[in-house]
Amino acid sequence: MFKFLLKRILEFIPVLIIISFIVFSLVFIAGNPVALMLPEDASQEDIEQLTIALGLDQPFIVQYGKYMLGLVQGDFGKSFRYNTDALPLVLERLPATLELAAAAMIIAIIIAIPLGVWSATKKNSSLDLLATGGAVIGKAMPNFWLGIMLILLFSVTLGWFPVSGRGTMAHLILPAITLGTGIAAEMTRLIRSSMVEILSQDYVRTAKSKGLRDFFVVYKHAFRNSLIPVVTITALQTSTLVGGALITETVFSWPGLGQLLIQAVNTRDMAIVQASVFIIAILVILMNLLADIVYRILDPRIKYS
Amino acid sequence: MSANLQTHAADSNVSAMKSRGILHFITRWLKMLLKSKTGTVGFIIVLFVCFVAAFANFLAPHDPALINPAKMLKPPSWMEGGDEAHLLGTDNLGRDILSRIIYGSRVSIIVGVASVILAGMIGIVVGLASGYYGGWLDAVLMRIVDSFLSIPNILFALVFLAVFGPSVPTLIIVLGVTNWVAYARIVRGETLSIKEREFVRAARSIGVRNVKIISRHVLPNVISSFIVISTLSVATTIILEASLSFLGLGVQPPTVSWGGILSDGRDYLATSWWLATFPGVAITITVLGIIFLGDWLRDVLDPRSQSRS
Repeated sequence: MFKFLLKRILEFIPVLIIISFIVFSLVFIAGNPVALMLPEDASQEDIEQLTIALGLDQPFIVQYGKYMLGLVQGDFGKSFRYNTDALPLVLERLPATLELAAAAMIIAIIIAIPLGVWSATKKNSSLDLLATGGAVIGKAMPNFWLGIMLILLFSVTLGWFPVSGRGTMAHLILPAITLGTGIAAEMTRLIRSSMVEILSQDYVRTAKSKGLRDFFVVYKHAFRNSLIPVVTITALQTSTLVGGALITETVFSWPGLGQLLIQAVNTRDMAIVQASVFIIAILVILMNLLADIVYRILDPRIKYS
Repeated sequence: MSANLQTHAADSNVSAMKSRGILHFITRWLKMLLKSKTGTVGFIIVLFVCFVAAFANFLAPHDPALINPAKMLKPPSWMEGGDEAHLLGTDNLGRDILSRIIYGSRVSIIVGVASVILAGMIGIVVGLASGYYGGWLDAVLMRIVDSFLSIPNILFALVFLAVFGPSVPTLIIVLGVTNWVAYARIVRGETLSIKEREFVRAARSIGVRNVKIISRHVLPNVISSFIVISTLSVATTIILEASLSFLGLGVQPPTVSWGGILSDGRDYLATSWWLATFPGVAITITVLGIIFLGDWLRDVLDPRSQSRS
């Protein structure tokens, strides 16, 4: 177990280095940010001075080396808009994004498990058609649009939930549904096909033939095994989940990482962009690792190799 | 002379056979398509959207950019206060929503298809090279693929757009560059298995050059996976483009895009629901059509992975 974890963690290092390289190169191509940092009436001399002071006149390799050195120490550079270090700004916003993502995941699970299991046990029934049809529509709807439609119905027309912001449970519900629907759609489809396959296996037939009640056959025997592929693919959806969170936050003015990032992209505040990309990548990688571990707990046959 | 005539006859014969072959090909596929209800629906939707995009200037009842202060925020024509001339109502500047949606389809289709072609080209080259040559090249390329996979597509797109600034060509390149990973992985997997098959080994043993083996023997065998991923990829790309345009980082006005109309409509949600509603309906229907078509293609081209068991 320990060896496996160590190996997996070591595998992340090249991935993180490649990401830092790609993002750094892009920012390098973007050109000198000094003009954006200084007031508009700054003279050419001021610009040159600051460029030299920040080491931006040096060759790519030197700049990248310096950047990596800072990165190892947790220094992503200064946000020129907030005039503070970028990393704390990003980390400060992280809990709000995680809260939204977790709530969305819970909603997705609440919708997808019963729906997926039901539609698999009652294959080709009207419920199954409804569930699979719903899943396709859920996948086809852009989630920012769903968010707007939910605001239109529940906030503007019915007045049940606040339009935007964060704080109470009521604030969380609409964004979580918005973000959770797409994930639920994918999960339902997966659980269904995984269950259909398992329900046709011999041990399920044996369990049925020895007179076990349907409920036990489905939940005790089949469902647990059907979870294995579901866990893996759900973890692979972390990336989609975080990506969706970025947009959902904008729709609901949710004060998370997404909002900060999109502002930063608009103002070309590259330190924040770089720090956010890095933190999100680490988050996704950790979720995948977690899935790998859960996967092994669910199915002890899989060896840590 | 007679020899000449004969070749002429043979030529026309060949071309007749060719056209008959194409006709046969089309009818065979149409027959298969009609067997699947969702596939047929998807095909009709996709055909319809492409038709609308191609003939937008004939189909749109108004100029999508025509500002008319006298007709600001008119509701759809069937509602009270609606204007006969504006079926789906008008926006805050009095522009016709239906015409804007019709023109908006162009951006969605062009960006969706073009970026998927670009992504496919990058992905196929990387996947083929990685799978066929293996070794350190494979290790390096796959680490790059892993890196792209650990970052949400939209995030990469945002970084690119922050650097290069938003425009339609940038958007195509950005979405192409962020989406190639899916192709690379699948093509690599297919290549790995095809590489070990007898016909490839035979070709290699008689000294056929690698590049030729890849283009003649491996490439044709990965094409069907390519078609399946591409179709479904157009669907996700259309959503991604709409999301970016919605965030104000995609297609810029005056170019009309569905995401852009939606973004405008968001500010008038309390009073004018139709602004934000209809472009979303257009996106959903289009994407649904593409998903249906893609699922059908997958069932037909790749019998191993049945979407509905």
